[in-house]
Amino acid sequence: MDLSAIAFDILAAVMLFAGAAVITARNPVHSVLFLILAFFSGAGLFVLLSAEFLAMLLIVVYVGAVAVLFLFVVMMLDVDFVSLRSGFAQYLPIGLLVAGALLVEMIFVSGAVANSGAAAHAKPIAANAASNIEQIGQVLYTDYVYLFQAAGLVLLVAMIGAITLTLRHKPGVKRQNIADQTARTKKTGMTIIKVVTGKGIEE
Amino acid sequence: MSVGLPAYLAVAACLFTIGVLGIFVNRRNIIVVLMSIELILLAVNINLVAFSAFLHDVTGQIFAMFVLTVAAAEAAVGLAILVTFFRNRGDIAVDHANMMKG
Repeated sequence: MDLSAIAFDILAAVMLFAGAAVITARNPVHSVLFLILAFFSGAGLFVLLSAEFLAMLLIVVYVGAVAVLFLFVVMMLDVDFVSLRSGFAQYLPIGLLVAGALLVEMIFVSGAVANSGAAAHAKPIAANAASNIEQIGQVLYTDYVYLFQAAGLVLLVAMIGAITLTLRHKPGVKRQNIADQTARTKKTGMTIIKVVTGKGIEE
Repeated sequence: MSVGLPAYLAVAACLFTIGVLGIFVNRRNIIVVLMSIELILLAVNINLVAFSAFLHDVTGQIFAMFVLTVAAAEAAVGLAILVTFFRNRGDIAVDHANMMKG
């Protein structure tokens, strides 16, 4: 048993434990922290598969952005999380049934694919091949450039959507509107009133 | 490296199952449901990267990158909807979310 096999066992065990803790933790903050642990272990598995770039991407995007976003939302919302767990025992039997069937099916299919499919008995990428980042760079901006642009568009739409959903205009707050200001003319901006002496003007 | 493809696929299958189970048992708590979806997408990514490494084809990793993009976008929009929902209702009990019922 060499070092990478030991590392695989540890990382896989930690990842599955963290995944189970995510769905069973009583406190959602603990769930988010276990999610971070699961993603760290997943990144470790990616490194074992010599997909270093994706491993770093996983840590930067998930641990750095998505998990922190979850943490913000969980801490910001003042919710009684105990009442939300009320259906846990009620849904557990049917959930275990479906999950068990799914697991058995997937283990069978993946075992068959791994033992007789195209990747059967293949060795992983040798360490002396071109580096992972070089291989990705060679295809990402050539063969997949349109998909790359589409991914950017997806992120842009998500950003605009999130901002539009959460932006709140408070009533009674005066805002500067540049378009209104520059569109102001003498005609719309002022009126000439003949003031009767001794009476003043009404609003 | 002595760990074979079946081991990676089995781990990914286990993680996928944990995610599905999480959606079942926590269906009142929408935040944990969103986290379970992230777990499922991580399992999918492990499958893609494992096949990419064992088939010597980097395309799987490119695909995993796009899955990552969509997952990040989904989490952002999902949490934004959750925050708006909480603002309007004062709680996040989604099993009573029938305001848009026609």
